Amino acid sequence: MIPERFITFAVPAGLFIIAILAFWTDEPFTITLTTRVAILGLAAVGLNIALGIGGLVSLGHAAFFGLGGYAMGILAYHAQTYSPLTLGPLVIEGTKSMPVIWIVAVVTSALAALAIGVLSLRTSGVYFIMITLAFGQMLYYFSVSWSAYGGEDGLSIYLRNEFPGINTLVPIQFFGLCFVLLCLALVLQARLRGSSFGLALNAARQAPARVETVGLNPVRLKLLAFVISGAITGLAGALYADLNRFVSPSMFSWHLSGELIVLIIIGGVGRLVGPVIGAALFVALEHWLGGLTEYWHIGLGAILLGIVLFSRGGVIGFLTGKAGPNV
Amino acid sequence: MSPILIIEQLLNGLQFGVMLFLMAAGLTLIFGVMGLINLAHGSLYMVGAFAAAAVAAATGSFFLALAASLAAAAAAGVVIEVFVIRRLYRAAHLDQVLATFALILIFAEGARWVFGSFPLYFDVPPMLSGPIMLPGGVQYPLYRLALIGVGLAVGCGLWWLTARTRIGIQIRAGANDREMIAALGVDISRLYTVVFALGAALAGFAGALVGAIQSVEVGMGDPVLIMAFVVVVIGGIGSIKGAFIGAILVGLTDRLGGIFLPEVFKLFMEPGAATQTGSALASMAIYILMGVVLVWRPSGLFGARA
Amino acid sequence: MSEHLLETRGLCKSFGALKATDNVSISLKPGEIHAIIGPNGAGKSTLIAQICGGLAPDAGQILMQGRDVTSLTTQARAQAGLGRTFQVSALAMEDTVLENVLLGTLGASGHAWRFWKNASNVRDRLDQAMAALERVGLEKVCDQQTATLSHGQRRQLEVAVALTLEPSAFVMDEPMAGLGAEGTKKMTEFLDGLRDQAPILLVEHDMDAVFALADRISVLVYGQIIATGSVADIRASATVRDAYLGDPA
Repeated sequence: MIPERFITFAVPAGLFIIAILAFWTDEPFTITLTTRVAILGLAAVGLNIALGIGGLVSLGHAAFFGLGGYAMGILAYHAQTYSPLTLGPLVIEGTKSMPVIWIVAVVTSALAALAIGVLSLRTSGVYFIMITLAFGQMLYYFSVSWSAYGGEDGLSIYLRNEFPGINTLVPIQFFGLCFVLLCLALVLQARLRGSSFGLALNAARQAPARVETVGLNPVRLKLLAFVISGAITGLAGALYADLNRFVSPSMFSWHLSGELIVLIIIGGVGRLVGPVIGAALFVALEHWLGGLTEYWHIGLGAILLGIVLFSRGGVIGFLTGKAGPNV
Repeated sequence: MSPILIIEQLLNGLQFGVMLFLMAAGLTLIFGVMGLINLAHGSLYMVGAFAAAAVAAATGSFFLALAASLAAAAAAGVVIEVFVIRRLYRAAHLDQVLATFALILIFAEGARWVFGSFPLYFDVPPMLSGPIMLPGGVQYPLYRLALIGVGLAVGCGLWWLTARTRIGIQIRAGANDREMIAALGVDISRLYTVVFALGAALAGFAGALVGAIQSVEVGMGDPVLIMAFVVVVIGGIGSIKGAFIGAILVGLTDRLGGIFLPEVFKLFMEPGAATQTGSALASMAIYILMGVVLVWRPSGLFGARA
Repeated sequence: MSEHLLETRGLCKSFGALKATDNVSISLKPGEIHAIIGPNGAGKSTLIAQICGGLAPDAGQILMQGRDVTSLTTQARAQAGLGRTFQVSALAMEDTVLENVLLGTLGASGHAWRFWKNASNVRDRLDQAMAALERVGLEKVCDQQTATLSHGQRRQLEVAVALTLEPSAFVMDEPMAGLGAEGTKKMTEFLDGLRDQAPILLVEHDMDAVFALADRISVLVYGQIIATGSVADIRASATVRDAYLGDPA
């Protein structure tokens, strides 16, 4: 059996190597696929903090992914049309600067996660699942009916946003940017998991009554996990929008929320690089299976059913021979 | 805004509400009795609609189409219950979410494979087509009025079934105490299959009824599913009464919000911006309603437990 | 300051027509073990839940060291010095034994809000956790996954977690439940020594253990305390015999 530590280092390294090989062999499309893996992986790493450690089955994380996307879309739209964004007395200039966009995306998603979390965490179990799903859908409909930013048609951003010292239009450079952010998020999650907060959060998932009787508030622990989780997924949303140079309500779609959970399950719930493995397999399946048949979702559904019914622990569970946390 | 428009929207809200009720009733029963969150409930709605459209196209009979929707959805329900769902009753919610999400993918792509991506249409029967004049000079489509009647009738039927019949007693007992019902000698696995098929048939029936006035297409079940979740959250898990009241509330909020909110905003905004803000907020109205109910009663209006 | 570390005054709780707790006033003095006994369904669990904060009483007060804590949450009561063990072990089964005890050290100190530093690398807390494990005799299995522990070891771990809180009063819900004769003997000896650190409100079914340990016993029947007294008093009481001890069930 392979030790999990090895997998933790091998998976990001593998992704990096594939991108570099694609760069040397001059296959920009493959680089774009690896960039997609890095971004979807980042979104799912975010969700994994809430789901894998905190046990929060959020079926509404597309809300944060979409907010991140629209944070990018709206700021870049105002920059490319040279029109300021007026919020009552507040007038904000649009921007093409990625760091600024990222901060806005992270803060917006964190605030949304706080609001949604406060309401959703009044409940648990199936209620929590349905409520997060419903709030995600609320933002979807809002984005469809908010015609100022394209409504159903979405917003096109003609040029990718800028990062100091980097030409983001070169695929490998943009990949590098996304890859570094993914690695930072992985380090953050690893530290978080080992920290006092991670210990308490992990216990709050397994035995909330115990956590209360040692003087901690399990709901507050979970709420903070939800906020951190939403913020990371929001950052991924901003990158995803930049990858496609396009945002639309489909970033809020509940299928995306479902797919983020799917990525985590394929890789292994609660495992550090589980979401990255899941994202890689998902993108590969989408590419290969999607090339074979238009109806590749049937295959995806069948694989998913197989994983749920017959093999707990996903790929990492299979490779390490150890079951992961119970969610 | 004329009173006629308001009455019309009230009736539309009512009609939408009773259709949501058909969906939510099945969901809440399945939650309440088996403890299962079934995302594939929207797929069963779609199965019913496609079955109805296919049979209507083949035979020209609306009522045969309705019968086909019930049969097809119930049959699909039995098949997935026996092969997949049954293994999930004692599983974690996460597994239930994933497995039923997988079923959605399979159903949606399967339907696209068989019927193609273009929407199908079928007509309301001649005897129910056309408008009817209501007292007060309101013209309203007879078919929609019939839907309200059918929804109310199904509601009464479900109440009678759960409150007055032997199987209803078993269902309620099963919701409270699985061991007890097994000890009484009831075949619990058959009971679960029956409940699931009943929920599926209701969803398929709703799909067919609505399919006659909208288009029948892949993915039509998703928005309805999520609204039915909102209904269940508002009404409280496991409560048929809660599902009914929740569904009517959601139906009315959705339809009335769409006409009232833009008007409200026109009081203090210029018309163009008011319409935009109003309709954007109206699209969120039912979720805001859900939020308010959650703050006030986390386990829903008629829910026993969180 | 009251001499009572833990006290209830006129506690009442009804569920519909059922009076689960009916005007219960009990107290816990320094250095004592006060046992609550009573037949099944007497309302012991309901009483514990109110004392520990899971359930709000309809009337009456709960005081810790003379301070009214009736409206405080479970967490706040734990921070105020209430150490509780559960009837059915509530432990993080996937985590190691040590991690479960470390969790106890995080609580009252507010250290759970540290996000970067590795939790098991903090010297003071690690020492404190190991000390608690040594006291209950679990130091050798500290790196084992909790799910692999025997039933008796889980009971000991429950107590170890409560110890790390350095509570001013313990509330223990059937710590002997499911322990064999040997385990019960060891737990009895352990609790006997623990009372000097902090007094124990002990809910227990095992009468031998109760009679061996208790300084005072209160008998709860149908939500009411029908008698409070020393072991000898309770053994001699005709009321108690009729209501409970004499009852073949």
